[in-house]
This record gives sequence, structure tokens and C-alpha cells, in this order.
Amino acid sequence: MQRTVFRSWWLPYVLVFPQMAVTVVFFFWPALKSLQLSLYRVSPFGDTMTFIGLENFTKLLADPEYYRSVANSLVFAAGVTVLAVAGALVLAALATQKIRGLAAYRTLLLWPYGIAPAVSGIIFLFIFHPTYGVLPYFLSFVTAYEFNWLLKGWVAMTLVIAATAWTHLGYNIAFYIAGLLAIPGAVMEAADVDGAGPVRRFRSIVFPLVSPITFYLVVLNMVFAFFESFGVIDAVTKGGPGDATTIMVYKLYKDGFIGLNLGSSGAQSVILMALVIGLTMLQFRFAEKKVTYR
Amino acid sequence: MPRTTTVWRSITGAVALSALVALAPSPASAKTEIQFWHAMPGQLGDATNELVKQFNESQSEYEVKALRKGTYPETLTAAIAAYRQRQAPNIVQVFEVGTQTMLLSGAVHPVYQLFKEQEIAVDWKDFIAPVVGYYTKDGNLYSMPFNSSTPIFYYNKDVFQKAGLDPAKPPQTWKQVEEYAKKIIASGAAKCGFSTGWPSWTMVENMHAWHDQPFATRRNGFDGLDVQLLINKEFGVKHIGQLAAWQKDNVYSYGGRAGTADPKFINGECAMYIQSSALIGGFTRGVKFAWGTGQLPHWGPPYPKATSIIGGATLWVMKGKPANENRGTARFLKFVSETNQQMWWHVTTGYLAISNSAVKNLEAGYHFKKNPDQWTAFAQLTKGKATPNSQGLRLGNFVQIRDVIESELENIFAGKKTAKQGLDDAAAKSNDLLKEFAAANKQ
Repeated sequence: MQRTVFRSWWLPYVLVFPQMAVTVVFFFWPALKSLQLSLYRVSPFGDTMTFIGLENFTKLLADPEYYRSVANSLVFAAGVTVLAVAGALVLAALATQKIRGLAAYRTLLLWPYGIAPAVSGIIFLFIFHPTYGVLPYFLSFVTAYEFNWLLKGWVAMTLVIAATAWTHLGYNIAFYIAGLLAIPGAVMEAADVDGAGPVRRFRSIVFPLVSPITFYLVVLNMVFAFFESFGVIDAVTKGGPGDATTIMVYKLYKDGFIGLNLGSSGAQSVILMALVIGLTMLQFRFAEKKVTYR
Repeated sequence: MPRTTTVWRSITGAVALSALVALAPSPASAKTEIQFWHAMPGQLGDATNELVKQFNESQSEYEVKALRKGTYPETLTAAIAAYRQRQAPNIVQVFEVGTQTMLLSGAVHPVYQLFKEQEIAVDWKDFIAPVVGYYTKDGNLYSMPFNSSTPIFYYNKDVFQKAGLDPAKPPQTWKQVEEYAKKIIASGAAKCGFSTGWPSWTMVENMHAWHDQPFATRRNGFDGLDVQLLINKEFGVKHIGQLAAWQKDNVYSYGGRAGTADPKFINGECAMYIQSSALIGGFTRGVKFAWGTGQLPHWGPPYPKATSIIGGATLWVMKGKPANENRGTARFLKFVSETNQQMWWHVTTGYLAISNSAVKNLEAGYHFKKNPDQWTAFAQLTKGKATPNSQGLRLGNFVQIRDVIESELENIFAGKKTAKQGLDDAAAKSNDLLKEFAAANKQ
């Protein structure tokens, strides 16, 4: 590797400045503000702020409802990640076969990513809504079981997981297609000659070779599911029924922006931040050992 | 984060654009601008804009700028954020559950005071008591009622006919609702008996008022902040328990929160429906079958009958604005409350007219004779006995409390909890929220 040397001492700082400014203003500053908020009891209009130490945190940690939102988040994130990553690998494998109209398929596969989460939520509503959805209407001819997710928690959870995974599928597929195409043809041919079937080839060659991508996508999808899945849930279930689909980030929104309890909302975002940082570190520390980088 | 660059690009774009806008020479205007943020969607938004346009054309000193800021909670949040930046609008529309938050915010200019300062006379006594009462503190009106409605009973006349029921006679009691629903289902005229919109508002808040039962201690919160909910007492448990039982055989069919159950009635799945009176306009345009309205069903003795309570929103005036703007704000609010505008607003949107003189004029013009369904809500609000239990609710953190109640209702209707358990849990959680609010607003 060649080391780039700058003539003037200030140039690198100038070049880095814009990125740092964005990071500080849009990431660190809000994070610090949340940290500050989490230690106060704030009136809705922000006129009075009372320092209450860790009371926002102790209250949360004594609240069974909060633990339910954590459990919901874990189920949700795991579901979304497994579905979106595994689904993407399968679809990408199919989209790297030699078939007619390949370019069209690949383009179509990327489309869902271009759809805003709230919009995809609305689409899912029109398909699955127990009152006016298309699918329940047809299902009612096949089975008497009512998939009424307005009252059945597990159906609601399955639905938001599917909707969220679907929106993120295209992004994952793009990475996998690139990864699969980068596998040298010679390796595959050699395995073919040695008599390895498609399953064996996939397990012994393809899977290890795309494992860095898988690892990256798992981390990214996890973080995505924790942080950015708000739109789908707000559009489809609003956290219900009961609180079956109230994940942490949705509870944070409800308490902060609808309930105007900014202190508790701040404390929740601090916990969420810590959780995601911890999760990512854990993954890097333990999962990285099993990942093959080339 | 993968989207950072696009976000950054759109931010720089927006900044550049706003800089351009700021640099552009603004047309010299002598009119004082009044910012008005509201949450009225679709046709209601059009009606609001029309009202504003009428005001702007009625005089030359002030220009009211109406801006839709999203849903009710979004509008409130936007106003709060703007207030913190000292950029608050002059007028903001806040839904009824935000009343206590606004009252104690210290950020508002009470309308009674505004009118007094501006020496604009308003005949407060002409306003309909159950509407004004909801927003009055110590005998003074704090915000100007704008869009008010109350839940009423809707029914499908075609289905009634098919099931052999008299389509001119909606049920009056819950016993009749059950009896009719069973007949309707047995005859195959419809799949389900009845459904409800806004579950907490129609089935918990209004049912307590309608049966003269307290919803919360301290006169439903009007007398102080140390409030506790009473929805888990005998009446609440009986009513909600009955709904849960009916849910099992489709006499009742839960259709979600807010207005998500509307299609159940519109597409004929449920023969009866309890929803806001403000839906009359929409139903008139969008419902294919013959339908009618009636007053809310009642359980009868031993429960007395009072009035229902309102929902909707009012206009709050934000404090700290210059005197000339305040004068324009007062003029606009006065304009909105005048008889002609009230009549127009009621006829156009289906929301209630808020002054007795507007109602009298509508009566004189045979409006209610021609549109009997529009009379149902007025009758329900003004002809019953007004009691402390039916004057409204004043609770802090009410938005969250409604959410808590609706979550627990879902647990009850799904059979995960009994009515007693669910309502006990809802009350306990709500009481914590009320305690939290009291602590944050120590006076």
C-alpha cells in the first residue's frame, strides 16, 4: 500500500472536515442531547427542566412493558434479519444463473428497496387487512381460521417482519449478486470436475466465500431492524394489538412524540444506542472469527 | 449508514434552496400575517382553507396563512418544536385530549383574555354548553372550539329490512342491539352485528358519560391533578365484558383503532356502527345502501342517562406574539365563531355548530327536518341531563392513556385477559401516567 503524503499539514483536516461536521451535527450532537434529556424531567413545551438523575432509567427498568418492547425488538430484528438475508442469498443465487432476461430480473429484484417503508406498509395493508385486504378474502374460501392481526399478536408480528424484510431485500440482493459474481469460475469448475453437486458446491465454496458479505449484511440488517423499521410499524399496526408489535424504537416514538414524555424517550434512546453498539461489538468480536476474508 | 449521502445531499439542497428563497426580494405587503397550523385532512382541509379564504377576503388588514402540519399529534409536536425555537404559529389546532397539556403549558394565550384585551365582545353564553365546558377553566374559555363531534349510532336500513326489523326504528338499548344483531346474523342479512370506531372514545369515555358514571376521580380531572381512573369499576367491567362476550359470536366485531373499522360498516359486513357524527358527510357521499342514525344505545336502569361528550379539536393561541398579530388572531377567531360561518361549517363538514344561534337558524331553515341525521348529535348533547360526569374529561398525558386503554381493550377482545384484569391493568398504568404528569406540573 502506498502512503499518501500531504504537502501541507492542514489539507487533510480540511478534506475530513465536511464528513466530521455532518457526523458531529447529525449524530453526536443529537446523541449528546438524548443523553442530557434522559437525566431530566421535561415539560412538554420545554419551559421547565428538572434534574432527576437516573429516575427515567430506573422507572423504565422497573416497567414490564419496557421489557416486552425489548423482547419484541429481539424477535422482530431476528426475524427480519434471517428472512431478509437468507431470502436475498437464495434470490441472488437464482439471479446469477445463466438465464434469459437476466438484467430485467436483477433490476426488478432491486425495486423494493426504492419504496419508502411507510408506502410498503400501506401496500401490505391493502393486501392483508382483515377488513378490506385482498388476501384474507381469498383465504376465507380455503380455511375458516381468521388471520385477524387486529386481535392476534403473532399474526401482526409475522406481518410486520415480512413487510420490513421485503423492503430490505433488494439492498441485500445487490450485495450478494456482486459477491457471487466475484467467485472465480475456475474454482467452481474444479469442484465440478471433482464431482461436487450443487449443494456441496454451495456449502463448501459459495457460502464461505460470501461469508464476509453475509456478516456485513447481518450487522446492517440488525441495526436497520432496530432503528429504521418505524415506518412499517406505524403504517400497519401502530404497535398493536395490545403491544404485540411495539418494538423499542416505536415505544420511544410513542412516549416521546405522542406522549410528550421527552425524558423517558431520551432514556430509551440511550439504552437503544447502547444495545446496538454492544450488539455490533459482540458480532465483530465473535462472528468475525468464523468469517473468511479473502 | 447507507443513506447518509442522500440525506446529506437533500439537506444541502434544502439549505441552498432556502437561502435562495431568503435572498429573493419579498413583495412588500402591508397585511399582517397570521400563521395557523392545523391537522385537517382531505375535504376537511379544503373546508378549513375555504373558511380562511373567506376571512382574508372579508377584510384587508390581516392575512391568515393556513398550513396543514399532519395528524393531530404531529401538529402538536410541530408547534412545540417551533415554540422552543421561538417560531411558534399564532394559532394551532389541538385535539381534545391535548387540552390539559396545553392548559398547563404556560405557552398559550387564553382566548377569553385575548378577547378582553382586544375589546372584542363575544357572547359566551350563546355557545353550546357541553362543547365549551370541555375547554373552560374557572369559568373562562381557554381555546376556541373549532371542530367538535360526538359519537352516534349508525345502522344499515337495507339489512334491517332484510332481517325483518323495522328500518325506521334503531335500537335504543344495548339489549336491543344484541337482540337485533342475533336476528340479523341468523337471517344472513349481514355477517356481524355492530362495530365501533375510536374504541376508547366511543366505548369507554362516552359510555361512562352517557350512563352518568365517573371516568376518573376529582370530577373527571377538572378539580385537580391527583386523579385516578375509575374505568375498572362495576360499569366499565360490565360493558367491556359484554363487548368481549359478543366478540365471540360476531354480535360485536372489533375493527381496530381510530377509523379503521369504517369499512366494516361501509361494505355492509356489520349492520350497525358507532362512530363520530362527523362521518355523516362522508357516509352521505360514500355509502351505497340506505342508512340512518340514532342516539347511542343505553343499558337502562339502574344507570341514569346523561349526555355524551365531544371529541375533535380547538384553536389555541400561542403567547408572546406582537399586539397587531394578536388583534388579527382575535378577529379571525371571532369570525370563525360567528353564526353564518358556524352554519356553513356544520353543513359542509358535519362537525357540530358551536353556538345556539347557529343551531336555531339551522332549525328555522328546516335544515334538521331535511337532514334528520344531523340533528342526532345535537339532540344527544343538548337534550339530555348534563352532569359532572358528562361535561368532559381533563387528564394529563391523555394521549398515552387512550393508547393504554386501547391496548388493553385489544387484550380483552382477543381473550388474553378478562375485562376486569384488562381494565385493572389499564387503570394502573394510566394512574402512573397521571402521577407522572402531576409531578411534572407541580403548581
